[in-house]
Amino acid sequence: MKKVYVNEERCLGCHLCEFYCSFAGGGETDMAKAFKLGRVVAPRVRIEESKDINFAVQCRHCEDPLCVKSCIAGALTKKNGMVEIDKAKCVGCYTCVLVCPYGCIAPDKKSGGKTVTKCELCLNSAAGEPACVKGCPNKAIVYEERGEQ
Amino acid sequence: MKYVIIGNSAAGIGAVQGIRELDKDGDITMISDENYHTYSRPLISYWLKGDVTEEGMKYRPNEFYTENKVNALLGKKVVSIDKKNKTVLMDDASVTEYDKLLVATGSDPFVPQLEGLDKVKNKFTFMKMDDVRAVRERLSKNSKVLIIGAGLIGLKAAEAMVRFTNNITVIDLSERILPAVLNEEASHIMKHHIETTGVRFVLGTTVKEFSENTATLTNGDSIDFDILILAVGVRPNTELIDAIGGKVDRGIVTDDTQAVKGFSDIYAAGDCTKSHDITSNTDKMIAILPNAFMQGNVAGKNMAGGVAHYTNAFPMNAAGFFGLHIITAGSYSGEEHTAISESGYKNLFIADNKLKGFILMGDMINNAGIYTSLVREQTPLNEVDLALLLEKPALMAFPAEYRKEKLGGQR
Repeated sequence: MKKVYVNEERCLGCHLCEFYCSFAGGGETDMAKAFKLGRVVAPRVRIEESKDINFAVQCRHCEDPLCVKSCIAGALTKKNGMVEIDKAKCVGCYTCVLVCPYGCIAPDKKSGGKTVTKCELCLNSAAGEPACVKGCPNKAIVYEERGEQ
Repeated sequence: MKYVIIGNSAAGIGAVQGIRELDKDGDITMISDENYHTYSRPLISYWLKGDVTEEGMKYRPNEFYTENKVNALLGKKVVSIDKKNKTVLMDDASVTEYDKLLVATGSDPFVPQLEGLDKVKNKFTFMKMDDVRAVRERLSKNSKVLIIGAGLIGLKAAEAMVRFTNNITVIDLSERILPAVLNEEASHIMKHHIETTGVRFVLGTTVKEFSENTATLTNGDSIDFDILILAVGVRPNTELIDAIGGKVDRGIVTDDTQAVKGFSDIYAAGDCTKSHDITSNTDKMIAILPNAFMQGNVAGKNMAGGVAHYTNAFPMNAAGFFGLHIITAGSYSGEEHTAISESGYKNLFIADNKLKGFILMGDMINNAGIYTSLVREQTPLNEVDLALLLEKPALMAFPAEYRKEKLGGQR
């Protein structure tokens, strides 16, 4: 299935993907309004950066996801290749934060940490396609088929 | 193929999913003495607290049994296994045949032998739905609650009950709270945090004698209560395997396919079994939900004729108490690397060039799973940027090739 991949060599560390990601999940139509009113920025993509390396990382939608197997509430499921979070079922115990090898599930700041949040490929948001990919100025984040399940 | 699964919780569900990956049509019968659709036991405290409804506690959707073609016999208890005739006998005298059997009987709360305990009318354990329902019926704003045991179960119970009453005392024989999960420093931080909510602790002591509403402690103090919660630990349910001569050493002993030692068609998974902890290289009880699911899942695949091994168990816990979260894993031995932040604490334990375990609290919990993967994979630390990892969990600490493989889909 198609997944989001990051080309580390092309990432400039500009953090735009974080903004596009937060915006995509926020239900706002105007980016300036979305971020300038003191609202919580809660991206589901994480940037790692140092002097010479930058890259973005988001849920890998693992073939055999540890988070799904470990979830104590049955809130995480894998459907059609995508790992989904049912926030109504999540109790915010953070067992998924404990087991995700990529650090790609995080306490959801928007719920004050009562649930977790993660990348769902923007399939459930207004954007319809991954906003981080669309907004990346240097094609460092791509959405493509590389033969993973 | 006829599969019989005794137990309807995480290990049993893991087995159903494992079987159905490989065998879409075999007969699956699931037997449980609890008359409930599969629910998450750890969620009982969230239910009492009012954070989830009973519907929300369901571990799998309502359609789970029908979609997976599971014949769920709920409210029936298996009383014995006939390994010669390959049948199980239930308490209503009915008998079911199996080709492959999974024992996922879980654990029960351990009730200590304390003087006068029989005189206490309102005493409860805190593990199953019926336990928490009974507690809920008794609780009022005038309740005086005494909890024996400052472990995960006792403290989750305390957290859930503060919305009803401000009279809650927790006692433990240990000098510190969460003794199995936290070291002294972290335990101290958590204790202070919980005390700000009004919950009182009396540590390093136990009950010498009970009367109906009073506990006299070994340190001479006495505590009045009208609700007593017993949360001192759990005991694996191994009787069925014991009775047929299977190997039991506190928990049921299995190989890494989850087959019970000495049997080829009987498997065991979950809290009733003993696990091999890769971080301490010892066999121990690891009574946590993810472990139960993964063992059950491996058992299910093997029962259905597949090949699966469970070879990387270790203790791990994630829990929050009154908003302060902890994430812990592995063993706490080796060289310690401690850091304290404004609202967090971290301690990493390194030995033999490996991360053996860690304790993270508060704002230090983010991306914890990167540390957990080092524990799980037993990654040699000379192959990663250890200085960076000591500072924070980061994928950047791994070699570029590794990242390309893991993040680039080349695997």
